[in-house]
Amino acid sequence: MGRYILKRLLIAIPVLIGISFISFFLVRLVPGDTVTALLGSNYNEEQALILREKLGLDQPLIVQYGLWMANVLQGDLGYSSFTNQPVATALMERLPITIELTVISVVFALIIAIPLGTYAAVKRNSPMDYGASFFGMFGISVPNFWLGTIMILVFSLHWGILPSGGFVGLAEDLGGNIRSMAMPGIALGTAVGAVVMRMTRSSMLEVVGEEYMKMAKAKGVSQSRWIWKHGLKNALIPVITVVGIQTGYLLGGSVVIEQIFSLPGVGRLALQAIANRDYSLLQGAILLIATTFVIINLIVDILYAYLNPKIRYD
Amino acid sequence: MEDVLLDVKELKTHFKTEKGVVKAVDGISFQVRRGEILGIVGESGCGKSITSQSILRLVGYKRNELVSGQVLFEGEDLLTKKEKNMLAIRGSKIGLIAQDPMTSLNPVYTVGNQIAEVPMIHEKASKKSAWQTAIAMLKKVGIPSAEDRADQYPHQFSGGMRQRGVIGMALAGNPSLLIADEPTTALDVTIQAQVLDLMLKLRDETNAGIIMITHDLGVVAEICDKVAVMYAGKIVEQAPVEELFANPKHPYTKGLLKSLPKLGDKERLQPVEGQPPNLNDLHEGCRFADRCPFVFDKCHTEHPPLFSTDSNHRTACYLYDEEAE
Repeated sequence: MGRYILKRLLIAIPVLIGISFISFFLVRLVPGDTVTALLGSNYNEEQALILREKLGLDQPLIVQYGLWMANVLQGDLGYSSFTNQPVATALMERLPITIELTVISVVFALIIAIPLGTYAAVKRNSPMDYGASFFGMFGISVPNFWLGTIMILVFSLHWGILPSGGFVGLAEDLGGNIRSMAMPGIALGTAVGAVVMRMTRSSMLEVVGEEYMKMAKAKGVSQSRWIWKHGLKNALIPVITVVGIQTGYLLGGSVVIEQIFSLPGVGRLALQAIANRDYSLLQGAILLIATTFVIINLIVDILYAYLNPKIRYD
Repeated sequence: MEDVLLDVKELKTHFKTEKGVVKAVDGISFQVRRGEILGIVGESGCGKSITSQSILRLVGYKRNELVSGQVLFEGEDLLTKKEKNMLAIRGSKIGLIAQDPMTSLNPVYTVGNQIAEVPMIHEKASKKSAWQTAIAMLKKVGIPSAEDRADQYPHQFSGGMRQRGVIGMALAGNPSLLIADEPTTALDVTIQAQVLDLMLKLRDETNAGIIMITHDLGVVAEICDKVAVMYAGKIVEQAPVEELFANPKHPYTKGLLKSLPKLGDKERLQPVEGQPPNLNDLHEGCRFADRCPFVFDKCHTEHPPLFSTDSNHRTACYLYDEEAE
């Protein structure tokens, strides 16, 4: 098991190097640069040159990349060219919010998706199954920004039971925190839940038809043990992959929802960085999102090995 | 008759489908005594496996699955039992050995774990004592270094070993009836022989009754005491094994025996011509009529009942209807 994890970690290194490379150059493909954004309407060639030299933007790209990478490897992500705040600090301020949002969405999704998908498969063609299919279609086809907006209309404007936006820290006020995170969590989690539910259902459908499931019945196991112990552990193997990928997307892709609910997360920070052509901040954000994606994949791989002994013993 | 363990009477298992009712098992009756091995032979799709699943009540829960008749096990009808009571019988009093050892063990649990589950469910055994049972079962079915093997997963076992594991699982509840659904089909010949020997040995040790479902007449000849030949959902012939091989009556049984290769025989094999009938589109007559070389008018209008040709030999063929002669 230790060797397996080590192998996965080693594979992650070239992936991260590749991502750093792409994020660095991709950011610079956007028309305009930090300097044009900083100077805005006061732009003139002379000032621009001075500023470029100061920020090190006058050097060849490859040298800039080398310098940036050398700093990154020492844990220094540079400074935001707009706020002069260290990039690492800016990201770390925002990251907990994005993580909390992700965790809430995923937990919400799993609580609905796993039992619903499992029952839908076991009670195939029952009203429960049709209900599950409806939820699956609904969750996948409804865009989260629409759902978020509708929820604000209903719960904030009409009933006034939940705040329409803004963030309350977990440490400050637990109740307020939950109230501020509930709607964005559900808005994001619905689509994830739909995808995971469909995967659970189809995977479980396959599993219940397996010979070992018939054998388990012939052994005299009760229905609940049959489903949850014999069936689900097998069915979860492909589900875990989907959950991992979805979680990865949530960590980087909740930009729109963070914007709608005015949550100061990483996604919103990245959006501001793009608008400001804030290279170091944007690179830092992309690198952070990519790294969390890689870490989540690593966790998925480890869970995979836990669930599937064939992988563990390879 | 006290030692009759299982008495199946007029068992019918029908499936309603869009294309009509599939009569997978259509009124079969047979008995198994303690310590006796009954072979049920027939080609694929003749209803052998559905018979075993009907006895264990693994079919019959969906609206389109209709099971009727009587399955008297130790004097009690299983078909009228509550599901809760069936749970206590499956795996404990009746053990099932499934066809394909490659797929009949759960890939995510160790073999020992899966065997230990049986005493844990049925005897409320502690984890530790259940594990001891698992190891004892693996030893019983001849798996070397059972202590280590119990801790391994199915994919670390070879095919023959897996089948031994499955047999161990079926035996863990100390059943009085074992249903072996083609237990050797997926194994190669030397392993087949070992598994059959094992089953004989277990029969002698536990005096359990065994239903051996197979399409392989070689297996039947080797271990069964009596045989029921199934064709298209019906039993067409029933006899003690020597009697059946020496003196087959039903044209289908005769055809089956002729299609068996014999060592050193240069004669061409004679297959049974034609295909078995479609089970959702059966006529009233004998189901073998369309393939039978001896067919006559009556065969097409009414299915023959079982005629006794001997005290313990019965066949469903009008050729043996003595009253008619």
